Amino acid sequence: MIDKRVATIAEAMAGIPDGATVLVGGFGAVGQPNALIDGLIEQGAGGLTIVANNAGVGHVGLARLMELGRVRKIVCSFPRSSDSSVFEGLYRAGKIELEIVPQGTMAERMRAAGAGVPAFFTATAVGTKLAQGKETREIDGRTYVLECALPGDVALVEAWEADRWGNLTFRQSGRNFNPVMAMAGKTTVVQTQHLVELGELDPERVVTPGIFVDRVLHVPYGDPTGF
Amino acid sequence: MTDTVATMTPLSRTQMAQRLAHDIPEGWYVNLGIGMPTQVADCVPAGREVIFHSENGVLGMGPAPAKDAVEPWMINAGKQYVTLVKGGAYVHHADSFAMIRGGHLDLCVLGAFEVAENGDIANWATSENDTAPAVGGAMDLAAGAKRLWVMMDHTTKDGRPKLVKRCSYPLTALGAVRRVYTNLAVLDVTPNGFAVVEMCPGLSFAELQARTEAELHKAG
Repeated sequence: MIDKRVATIAEAMAGIPDGATVLVGGFGAVGQPNALIDGLIEQGAGGLTIVANNAGVGHVGLARLMELGRVRKIVCSFPRSSDSSVFEGLYRAGKIELEIVPQGTMAERMRAAGAGVPAFFTATAVGTKLAQGKETREIDGRTYVLECALPGDVALVEAWEADRWGNLTFRQSGRNFNPVMAMAGKTTVVQTQHLVELGELDPERVVTPGIFVDRVLHVPYGDPTGF
Repeated sequence: MTDTVATMTPLSRTQMAQRLAHDIPEGWYVNLGIGMPTQVADCVPAGREVIFHSENGVLGMGPAPAKDAVEPWMINAGKQYVTLVKGGAYVHHADSFAMIRGGHLDLCVLGAFEVAENGDIANWATSENDTAPAVGGAMDLAAGAKRLWVMMDHTTKDGRPKLVKRCSYPLTALGAVRRVYTNLAVLDVTPNGFAVVEMCPGLSFAELQARTEAELHKAG
């Protein structure tokens, strides 16, 4: 019997090595897998590269992971938030590396990783400092910049519903980066609000099929709060 | 005050949003940038169907909910609570940006620090050494939408022109801006530079030029 469910946060986080690239879903607090981020803090891996749209808020979650010195590099589109002082302090002190990526390029780089596409050309960022040093090519009269796929060793994802095969649905704008990160992670770990029986999810409603998912942890925490 | 002094009142934020919204035809798919452009959604004339897109996977974004009807899973790219209109849809981030980068959006409206007479836009960082610059989806939107309009004050708070010959701040996109709506004027970006489409009442062409670094032309 295929059963991707795990019973504990320790099982969900097992085997994440030092130096891993970890994709973290969510846009602000919505769709962000907070229990898994706390699990990563507990688990102890360091020297991490974190890929997330934002760079943490306050002193919890990703901000806490950074504050503990466990993050070597962050790849994100928008490091500023209502309180991103932990990241900003580390960045100014030269203690964390930052790779700023346009939000659409970031999503597409992960989609490409999940789809076996090693690189692609895009018009986004052409002529800007975010394209400096990158290969460009003129195609049909327009200039494009080459962007490489962005795979993760691990993806941490939040779903609304999941079954034991790892089929997932998402809630409203909580979908955001989660499905592309699920595709791009070598090991994809899901925290889900609702765990349902196999067959309960209408196949027409499944957004991420279980082929992209490795572990499912039931975390019925309620509504997202705090941005 | 003598009555020989010309009186000119710049447009308010709401008037700017109304002026811009007036030019959005029915049926357009539109992304409004964070900040000043967000207000445009509230100013579309009644009965005109315009579909708003938000980068975080919302197509058919509606207005802010009533305080007692907030849906905690429903935010826009500015991380404000919003609603979904009848006919709206949720997508993931790669599909949301496929709408942007694939040229499916009819219009994007962004704020800006500077717009140059060749259509270059600078709107994401105020120096080459900005501490932790944040680009978000601005570069995707500027390069990907079918047309880019900018909504911004004509000058900075301390009176420096924002319509310039060449941008001095880090660029968001090259040659992308089609039209600029400021609190003083509406200007098209043309092969000859900025062409003044209209000015706020009481303002002369010479006075507008005095507040603009780039050379202005009369439209038409």
